[in-house]
Amino acid sequence: MEFISQPLTLLTFFPLLGVLVILFLNAEQKNAIRWVALGTSLITFFISLWVFSMFDSSNPNLQLEAKYNWINVARFNIHYYLAIDGLSVLLVLMTTALTSISILCTWSAIEDRVKDFMAFFLLLEVGMSGVFLAQDLFLFYIFWEFTLVPMYFIIGIWGGPRRVYAAIKFFLYTMAGSILMLLAILWLGIYGNTFSVPDLVAKGNIPANIQLWLFLAFTIAFAIKVPMWPVHSWLPDAHVEAPTAGSVILAGVLLKMGTYGFLRFNIPLFPDATVQAAPWIALLATIGIIYGAWVSYAQADVKKLVAYSSVSHLGFVMLGLFALNPEGVAGSILQMINHGISTGALFLLIGMIYEQTHTREIKVYGGLWKITPVFGVFMLISALSSMGLPGLNGFVGEFTILLGAFGSNAIGNPWYAGISALGVIMAAVYILYMFQRMFMGPAGEITHHHQLKDLNWREIITMIPLIVFMFWIGLYPKPFFDILAPAVEKLLSALPL
Amino acid sequence: MTLPTLTDFYVLLPYIILTVWASVLLLVDVFIPKNRKSLTAILSALGIAVALGYAIAQIGVTSKGFNNMVALDGFSVFANILLLASGLFGIALAYGYNNRMNMQRGEYYILLLFSLTGMMLMAQAADLIIVFLALELLSIPLYVLSAISRRLDAEESGVKYFLLGAFASGFVVYGIALIFGATGSTALNDIFFAASSGTFSLLLTVGAGLLLVGFSFKVAAVPFHMWTPDVYQGAPTPVTAFMSSGAKIAGFVALFRVFAVAFPALSDDLTNVLWALSALTMIIGNFVALSQTNIKRLLAYSAIAQAGYILMAFVPYGNKEVAPVAIASGLFYLVAYTISNFGTWGVVIALEKAENKGLELDDYAGLAKKYPALAIAMTVFMLSLIGFPPTLGMVGKFYLFRAAIDGGFVGLAIIGVLTSVVSAYYYLRVVVNMYMKEGDPTVENETWLNFTTAITAIATVAVSIVPNILFLLASTAVF
Repeated sequence: MEFISQPLTLLTFFPLLGVLVILFLNAEQKNAIRWVALGTSLITFFISLWVFSMFDSSNPNLQLEAKYNWINVARFNIHYYLAIDGLSVLLVLMTTALTSISILCTWSAIEDRVKDFMAFFLLLEVGMSGVFLAQDLFLFYIFWEFTLVPMYFIIGIWGGPRRVYAAIKFFLYTMAGSILMLLAILWLGIYGNTFSVPDLVAKGNIPANIQLWLFLAFTIAFAIKVPMWPVHSWLPDAHVEAPTAGSVILAGVLLKMGTYGFLRFNIPLFPDATVQAAPWIALLATIGIIYGAWVSYAQADVKKLVAYSSVSHLGFVMLGLFALNPEGVAGSILQMINHGISTGALFLLIGMIYEQTHTREIKVYGGLWKITPVFGVFMLISALSSMGLPGLNGFVGEFTILLGAFGSNAIGNPWYAGISALGVIMAAVYILYMFQRMFMGPAGEITHHHQLKDLNWREIITMIPLIVFMFWIGLYPKPFFDILAPAVEKLLSALPL
Repeated sequence: MTLPTLTDFYVLLPYIILTVWASVLLLVDVFIPKNRKSLTAILSALGIAVALGYAIAQIGVTSKGFNNMVALDGFSVFANILLLASGLFGIALAYGYNNRMNMQRGEYYILLLFSLTGMMLMAQAADLIIVFLALELLSIPLYVLSAISRRLDAEESGVKYFLLGAFASGFVVYGIALIFGATGSTALNDIFFAASSGTFSLLLTVGAGLLLVGFSFKVAAVPFHMWTPDVYQGAPTPVTAFMSSGAKIAGFVALFRVFAVAFPALSDDLTNVLWALSALTMIIGNFVALSQTNIKRLLAYSAIAQAGYILMAFVPYGNKEVAPVAIASGLFYLVAYTISNFGTWGVVIALEKAENKGLELDDYAGLAKKYPALAIAMTVFMLSLIGFPPTLGMVGKFYLFRAAIDGGFVGLAIIGVLTSVVSAYYYLRVVVNMYMKEGDPTVENETWLNFTTAITAIATVAVSIVPNILFLLASTAVF
């Protein structure tokens, strides 16, 4: 009983209860299934709020630990070990919130095999929460790989025309990356005789040359997930083909698993290699920022445009992380949240219009502002937030990251920050160019043929929380930085800088 | 020469029970009317169950019998239990299938029992002569079973299996002869002493190599795998299921015991050979599987590839510190493989139609919509064979790769994980067909078939979450 009542256990595995209920419902009772899924995800969200209320943000250490022996035979020393700290608490809240929002947005978009969809979606939530909470490498790896399975089905069954290709590419690409991490995890397990991350960090002293190899193995896994240039090519396919809810979760949460991995594992476990690699990661991040923005500009498909903009935005996150100073790291964690909110909002909105028109070609739209004003306003705010307009959330994150990267000793060269700042301008160009073509000017081809409806109440409710957070983080980010600061400071204090 | 004592018989108790029961059934079967042959199946299963009970009762007992020619230890008990369970699954899968395909014949089950006794003897053999006897005892009934449906392709399968199998037996006998020439004994312990007493002749190395060839044939390791796809495809599917688990288990346990007991001194030479064998098997098996469109051929190549992973456990067999863990990981993976393998074949049998229909990958299209439970089970098995959580295959691979890294074979582990990615592609093709394509499959609904599929699917997931007991059994099963 004690095992079940642990708050973090409850948070992670509660969606399984929903899956169980859904399995016993008749596939034809679509609305009942939707309500059960939504209810489950909302309760999970409230559990995460409950966890947050117990969380002490002035404490930089792991909290609310649930630690039990799991496999301790055959020289294995594996624990069931969940815990939360300042680095992960916001990401967990975002995960549970975005899951509820995504389920709400599928209400009319998913009509086919609703039962399977909701079951997979809730399973996905288990995997995602587990990734952010696991403190044992074995447990982490299980959750990490497990998230691929439901996502694979979500893309492959409910995706667009090239869904099967995109789903398999997504699966194989990510698996190929993480499988080498498995070997590194095994090496660490043999070395430290434990898979518990805090214990391994405390033990430390991994020889420098081996650190570099292990760092590389973890980096390949996480870099593919982020995705960093040049291993990003799965992302446009997966994003474009995935159904809206899948894209939201993919951009909002799954990509953050990669950046979070750097934060939780690479930096504390391999401090020497981290410092050594920082300039190289910064280089790749900078290339990603410019490349992503450049390619975004050239896209004719609006969903693809947002997908490539993720490559650019996640470049900022990586740049901030490997600035290895408090501004950079805190900014980049906040930017993870920001990206989840802004890009999530953009995907949701694109999904809402796509549901009516079944096309994402930018050029067939035009003049939407007059026809669907509410939609236009939401789109404008989200777009501005994504491009980093002061007063909205994106600006706070990007500004702090650039500040950190500019003065970073680890990167050692202010030019990376300087060039990356161009990325902000380029973001303004591709976002505004897209907005102008879709919403301004004369009515386009599609707007003639369709009686386009503006957003309904369900869709507005879906959007409101995201908009609120865009303004909140944009105008008053202090509470968020206060949560991050102690944990970030602790993380960086161990680095040989 | 001393007369056998009761201890001698106790050492071989499950084997003896099964042999006697099979012989009795040969007689009894004559009196069972033609249309009631499923009774033989039930009686055979009962015999296996009794033997299984005695095998379980032998857990923790260590002994030798018949002038040290057979051994009873944790290893043999573990193998026996696994083999007997395979026998039960084999009968459960065949029960409805044989009715449906009009080949319900008593000898089917009796041959299966005899083959099973050979496999069990293989696990207990502590002398090369017994190894050879067991090898023949397990193989000959399998040759017959492969051809038992009397269709043309089944007969082709049987003949092919027989010819190549006889060839492999020749290698084993010749190897034994050379080893006897080099050491003056066929007992594994004596060979060990002779080999480790300093200088040993080239004869011994060549003999061990020839034995390895023979066993590699049985477990279908590259480059001795050529027979596998044709035989697996041609043989009746329940026979294939039994063969791909039982014969593989038997081949591996014999390989483990013979090499780890008799030839640690040769490990400098043989470890490299095993390394290459394992790497080749993983690479060729997985890559060739990519282009298969028939599920039986696909699973045949998958079985080849899986042999490569199990062989990996065996590479560091000469390293005293790592070998026990490595062999334990091999045993663990054998269990994971056996469970998922039977489940997979269960699904294949459920979809198979007469005249070799229903065996293409396209026949799986739309399965998830019509038969969601079956599709979920198949997905679980595919994930397990890839080595993906939350399944037993993932825990097994985790264990295997750790043994490889522990033994210093990081390169092999890297080949292992990368070929796993390759394997994901063809295993997922099955899932793609089931979930992402439209189709209208029909499925046979047979109690024992459904039971087997369900229980293996549940075990694949459940044991992966609580694997402690299996870990403990495997790690204490090493002699």
